[in-house]
Amino acid sequence: MGFGKYSSSSKISALVADDDTIIQKIHKALLTKLGLEVNVVANGKEVLDLYRSGTSFDLIFMDMEMPIMDGPEVTKELRAMGVQSIIMGVTSRDLDSEKEAFMASGLNDCYMKPLTISKISSLLQDLKKKN
Amino acid sequence: MERNPLQRQVAYMRRSLFDQGYLDEQFVQLEDLQDDANPNFVEEIVTLFYTDSARLIHNIEQALESRPLDFIRLDDYMHQFKGSSSSIGAKKVKNECTQFREHCSARSAEGCVRTFQQVKQEHTILRRKLETYFQLARQAGLAN
Repeated sequence: MGFGKYSSSSKISALVADDDTIIQKIHKALLTKLGLEVNVVANGKEVLDLYRSGTSFDLIFMDMEMPIMDGPEVTKELRAMGVQSIIMGVTSRDLDSEKEAFMASGLNDCYMKPLTISKISSLLQDLKKKN
Repeated sequence: MERNPLQRQVAYMRRSLFDQGYLDEQFVQLEDLQDDANPNFVEEIVTLFYTDSARLIHNIEQALESRPLDFIRLDDYMHQFKGSSSSIGAKKVKNECTQFREHCSARSAEGCVRTFQQVKQEHTILRRKLETYFQLARQAGLAN
């Protein structure tokens, strides 16, 4: 299937975790256009299932609000597992308190939806240097 | 770039959608993602929006019929609607969603009912304009 680190590609691997099908499609197209290898899941449990199966990604774009298991819950769980992937929160909530709580779960940073090239270009430049 | 009359008409119509405040910069972001690999990307996203928003409109209509009004549920639905509208750059729809949410915060049933009509109106107006725009764009593409 070519998920994450078991893909033969040398591209930066990204996981989009979002239950909104419009955002899934936009973010997948955006990140693919920027040269990333992109996979999509619809809730936090699917993110955990992937990592527990041994798959990992360079980058996760984690929606805050998802069914079954939300962004903050799964981020805390991933960090407790020792996952070092860069986890960027994405949210349409604009209250500082909500974003701060999400950041506190273990994010590297948090963006307002939808992502745009300008929002993530500096992040990708840093990643490409490291790769 | 030399344009044929149809292409000029498409460009004019596109410009009008922005100048009249129906669309914002996010629509341009979607256009930037359209390429040979995804030649109908913008129209696909807009179609997805209208499918998704039909469901949300139905949910909100049902919620507005219950008494007493559950303003938290209404706000949650409208938050989703606003998010989807933002994703396609539907500026006027998004603004009406914001108004609705303010009425939810104020627990104003009359305000919610009234602004929901405006949300639906802007939603319908934009759909018709975008349908015409995409149809014209296809014709211009074929003519090219």
